[in-house]
Amino acid sequence: MNIAVCLKQTPDTETRVQIAGDGVSVLEDDVQWIINPYDEAAVEAALRLTEAHGGEVTVFSLGPPRVEKALREALAMGAHRAVRLHADAVPADPRVTARALTAALRDGGFDLILAGQQAVDDDQAQTPQRIAQALDFACVTNVEELTVEGGRGAARRVLEGVQEVSSFPLPAVLGVNLRLNEPRYPSFKGIMQAKRKPIDVIEAELAEPKLVVERLAYPPEKAAGRVFEGVEAVPEVVRLLHEEAKVI
Amino acid sequence: MSILLVVADVLDGELRPVNAQVFTVAARMGRTLGRPVAALMVGAPGLEAHAEAPGAYGVPRTLLIEDAKLAKYSPDVHAAAVAEAVRRVDAGVVLMAATLNGKDVMARAAEMLDAGLAQDCLRFRTEGDALVFTRPLFAGKILADVRVTAPPVMATIRPRAYTPEEAPVAVTVERLSVALPEPKVVVEELRQNASARLDVTEADIVVSGGRGMQGPENWHLLEALAEALGEGTALGCSRPVSDDGWRSHEEHVGQTGKTVSPDLYVAVGISGAIQHVAGIGASKCIVAVNKDPDAPIFTVADYGIVGDLFEVVPALTEAIKKVKASV
Ligand SMILES: Cc1cc2nc3c(=O)[nH]c(=O)nc-3n(C[C@H](O)[C@H](O)[C@H](O)COP(=O)(O)OP(=O)(O)OC[C@H]3O[C@@H](n4cnc5c(N)ncnc54)[C@H](O)[C@@H]3O)c2cc1C
Ligand SMILES: Nc1ncnc2c1ncn2[C@@H]1O[C@H](COP(=O)(O)O)[C@@H](O)[C@H]1O
Repeated sequence: MNIAVCLKQTPDTETRVQIAGDGVSVLEDDVQWIINPYDEAAVEAALRLTEAHGGEVTVFSLGPPRVEKALREALAMGAHRAVRLHADAVPADPRVTARALTAALRDGGFDLILAGQQAVDDDQAQTPQRIAQALDFACVTNVEELTVEGGRGAARRVLEGVQEVSSFPLPAVLGVNLRLNEPRYPSFKGIMQAKRKPIDVIEAELAEPKLVVERLAYPPEKAAGRVFEGVEAVPEVVRLLHEEAKVI
Repeated sequence: MSILLVVADVLDGELRPVNAQVFTVAARMGRTLGRPVAALMVGAPGLEAHAEAPGAYGVPRTLLIEDAKLAKYSPDVHAAAVAEAVRRVDAGVVLMAATLNGKDVMARAAEMLDAGLAQDCLRFRTEGDALVFTRPLFAGKILADVRVTAPPVMATIRPRAYTPEEAPVAVTVERLSVALPEPKVVVEELRQNASARLDVTEADIVVSGGRGMQGPENWHLLEALAEALGEGTALGCSRPVSDDGWRSHEEHVGQTGKTVSPDLYVAVGISGAIQHVAGIGASKCIVAVNKDPDAPIFTVADYGIVGDLFEVVPALTEAIKKVKASV
């Protein structure tokens, strides 16, 4: 089974992101970069499937040279091949990203294309669906459990208040949730091997964006709250919730 | 003038409550832009029973696509129905609730239509004829104003970002007959989640517990507090609590869990890590109970109580019951 994983490099979720001087992008200088946590789960799922069924895992990331660090980390986890689609900056429109990824994925003969449910930076949750549509593949998102057997897959997805178990034919695109698995740490051997694996670089085909960022801003600062000491304060806090905040 | 289409989020033949909010946004946006508004409902035969629901919120027209292939959620078929309706009526703006299925179907439909899509929008405004949406990045650490540069302009609206406003109008219902593809994805099973309570994303009040609760056996304290706060209250938790299986993952709040925007968020025994706080920033009022006065949760709380939760929570429950009894 040949599996592609779409992997975005994102700032660590601890990062206090800063808006850049242009007002439409964020500063990249002091950012600690990681594999988007959802995509790390996708890499892990791909590795487990190829360990069970044979085949190879190829990781794809669209972006500037910095994203090779994320690809290298996936190689260290055990991915077989890595491709960087070169773009000077990561597009802000998932339609553009999905187009470019689709062009690179189309002739790869992949049985499965795994992606994250969403990227923790732009939270768009639309790239996997767009890739699936462009390739005319089945697509299941928010996958928390996955089995693949004999040309079909089954996935459990969790929605608001309900869960679905769906089945789908391969080839398919899946958007996975963190709950799918616990990603492995790269072994020392894996890290050493990854250093020698080449990363293919191809020029991304970038369409004109249809979603544009006009301005970034920080959310309004909240006024400092009041902190009370001990259980004795409970009646006063409840009074404030009722009379001042009017939420109970 | 091209119309504004609002797609209803239908699950298992029922309209989700969140639709009331999105119908309200659509009616308001239609007035602002001076465009006619219609709702689109796609589902299995029988959906017609709900066709007049958008009228309660000021949407006077419903387009209905009924087909047995739409009984269960298959993203490819549902998106095909949405895309076809958008083409038929030449919709210039397409809205839907930013639920998990709402975001899923709109993403696929957007690609079918070669359209731009802004997911999970908190507000909209107009600049001349153009719509500008505000949406969170980095789970709300930054807000982005975005624009879709060509029609159809597609957007999903964050649950609870808008309050439903009743504005009853009569509804005309039109059927669209659409040839749909065979579903690729087949739903084999649909089950209700374990807890009978509201989903955290839909609740007016969320009571959340963290590792400070010390174990699932202590959750009766939060159950009692939620009970006292009333019907619209849901239970939430921090990520380690759901990772350790103390509570189900559907309650996990934060950057990698659910983003909530209740009127009141009560954080009990939660330290306030940046990934947790990212998911609660849109709450109107935050109350924190923690024994550590330096816990970062106190920097985002409107009201904090430093103390042992095993003492404070039962006292809160009692005091709230008293207030509720007196009104
Ligand atoms: C990529 C990534 C994504 C993440 N996503 C999320 C997410 O979506 N949501 C999330 O919640 N976390 C997330 N985390 C984890 C996050 O970093 C924290 O580890 C987590 O939120 C801590 O949970 P907690 O507050 O319950 O536990 P702790 O940090 O252990 O805090 C427990 C708190 O309880 C207090 N306490 C203990 N006993 C009592 C008592 N008797 N009375 C009163 N107070 C008491 C303590 O003072 C302490 O502040 C993520 C982490 C990473 C790396
Ligand atoms: N620049 C990128 N390179 C590779 N994969 C990406 C990129 N952007 C998004 N993806 C994939 O699409 C998923 C959803 O991203 P998004 O639609 O931006 O929330 C991510 O989890 C990745 O799997």
